[in-house]
Amino acid sequence: MTRAALRHRLAERGIDRQLLLLAPALACVLALFVYPFAYGIGLSFQPAEGGVLGAYRTFFTDAYQRDTIATTLGLALPAAILNVAASVPIAYRMRGRFRGKRLLTTVLVVPITLGTVLTAEGLLNYLGPTGWFNRTLISVGLTDAPVRLTNNYWGVFFSLVITGFPFAFLLILSYLSGIDPTLDRAAATLGAPWWQRFRRITLPLLAPGLATTFCLTFVLAFSVFPSAVLVGDPAGETRVISIAAYHAAYEVYDYPLGSAIAVIMGLVELAVVAVVLGLRSLLYTGSTGGKG
Amino acid sequence: MTATLEKPAAAVETRRKRIVASPGAWLVWGAVAFFFVNLAGVIGSVVVNSFGERWFDTWLPSGWTTQWYASAWNEFGLFPILVVTLEVALLVVAISVLVGVPASYVLARRSFPGRRLVYLLFLLPILMPPITYGIPLATVLYKYGLAGHLAGVVLANLVPSIPFVILTMTPFIEQIDPAVERAARMCGARTWQVFLRILSPLLVPGILAASILVLVRTVGMFELTFLTAGPDSQTLVVALYYSMSAAGIRAQQSVDAMAVMYTASMLVLLVVALRFVNPTQLVARVKEDPD
Repeated sequence: MTRAALRHRLAERGIDRQLLLLAPALACVLALFVYPFAYGIGLSFQPAEGGVLGAYRTFFTDAYQRDTIATTLGLALPAAILNVAASVPIAYRMRGRFRGKRLLTTVLVVPITLGTVLTAEGLLNYLGPTGWFNRTLISVGLTDAPVRLTNNYWGVFFSLVITGFPFAFLLILSYLSGIDPTLDRAAATLGAPWWQRFRRITLPLLAPGLATTFCLTFVLAFSVFPSAVLVGDPAGETRVISIAAYHAAYEVYDYPLGSAIAVIMGLVELAVVAVVLGLRSLLYTGSTGGKG
Repeated sequence: MTATLEKPAAAVETRRKRIVASPGAWLVWGAVAFFFVNLAGVIGSVVVNSFGERWFDTWLPSGWTTQWYASAWNEFGLFPILVVTLEVALLVVAISVLVGVPASYVLARRSFPGRRLVYLLFLLPILMPPITYGIPLATVLYKYGLAGHLAGVVLANLVPSIPFVILTMTPFIEQIDPAVERAARMCGARTWQVFLRILSPLLVPGILAASILVLVRTVGMFELTFLTAGPDSQTLVVALYYSMSAAGIRAQQSVDAMAVMYTASMLVLLVVALRFVNPTQLVARVKEDPD
């Protein structure tokens, strides 16, 4: 077969020189993401002692390390669920057009850009024992002594809500506006009250989008690191898995253990995402929008 | 006649319905208001603290001053940090756009064996927490002596930025009519000419949107920069983190002053960004209701 004929046959299958445009991006991802990841996995199987699975054994036999998984999930799952659950009714009420919608959505983008470090600083000032929040509670008479909301679980939880809620809300709002409004109107013509329309029409169409939103919010919350150190209690209550990984790799310089923890972290996160996306594939993802 | 009479009556009724809102609406708006009040408290307390002289057990500081800004600027060496931040962000934007746009063109227009796999490969860096790939990546970068410098920070930040550009650009490219390109090819244009003369001008809004989003993300990206930065390649977020976690060395108000400057610069970027993109489009594509 001549080269021209081969080229022709490949082109029929969709392979030609234009695919080379993909090469730089693919090379970057392979060199900067796939290779380091594979290297890290390889490194995690070569600990200084304890055989091939030594680093993993160290992690799972040490309760202080092992419990970081539960701590992280205990923070990230409730935060992600709250962010999605609170966004649905609010986005549902605001799905139509009204004055100031653009302003509202703009203001909601602000916390996304604040970043975790500034949010942490603000939370320490605002929720601290002499902060405005506690002062208000005391002067209203709801409590006598300041409520402790920083340097523990709640500080980190609030920082996850502040950064995660606007993100979840904007996503769900855009999914909701993607749902064909005539379906809702048709149901209204047939005499369905709003909650029936919501439960039987909007929610089933929105559900796949909710699953996607949950995954993205969960990923954000799962990788919590700066706020867990700054507003949390990094040695105890909020010692999340990313702190454990960072500690192992950069404070103890045990790279195999650090890589092993990073791998475990990725696996746990992908397991949750896979469960949610698996459930999502059971849902209807047709062309009426809201599918994500 | 009856129709014209009925119309104002209906309008009055809807207006009345709006004033006496249902309990559900009150609940929803109340929740939103509560969120915003607390958000304002969080941001406001940082701003107030950065201008305050001493603030211990009172509602407001005892006096007002701008000395913390001066001290943040002079002692902390904020200017070099800002320069580094800008350098990193602009390099990341330029490289990820140059690399990402052609790739998103292929992904948007062509079908080829392995397309789904390639797509998944581009999706993974966005789906994984930065720490999980950041630690092995930093280890590799240190091995080759790249980490600790600007190059390492830029390379690390490219990992989520390139896929982000690809995902943001794909809908923009899909909007362009392929007939335009075919016409250009009929007239004898080569691929690079199609890109430079046909696609680039049409894609300018999309490229601007993607660049500004990548810029905002890179300036705000903590984990990857933190893991790969050396003492002279810290961006503003990382410098903020260090000065916050090294408590006692630096006055808290000075840290707050830096945080306010950081927020202000992010807000400027954001306002610029919102001139090009609808906020709901920041996170997903939305079809605007035609009516």
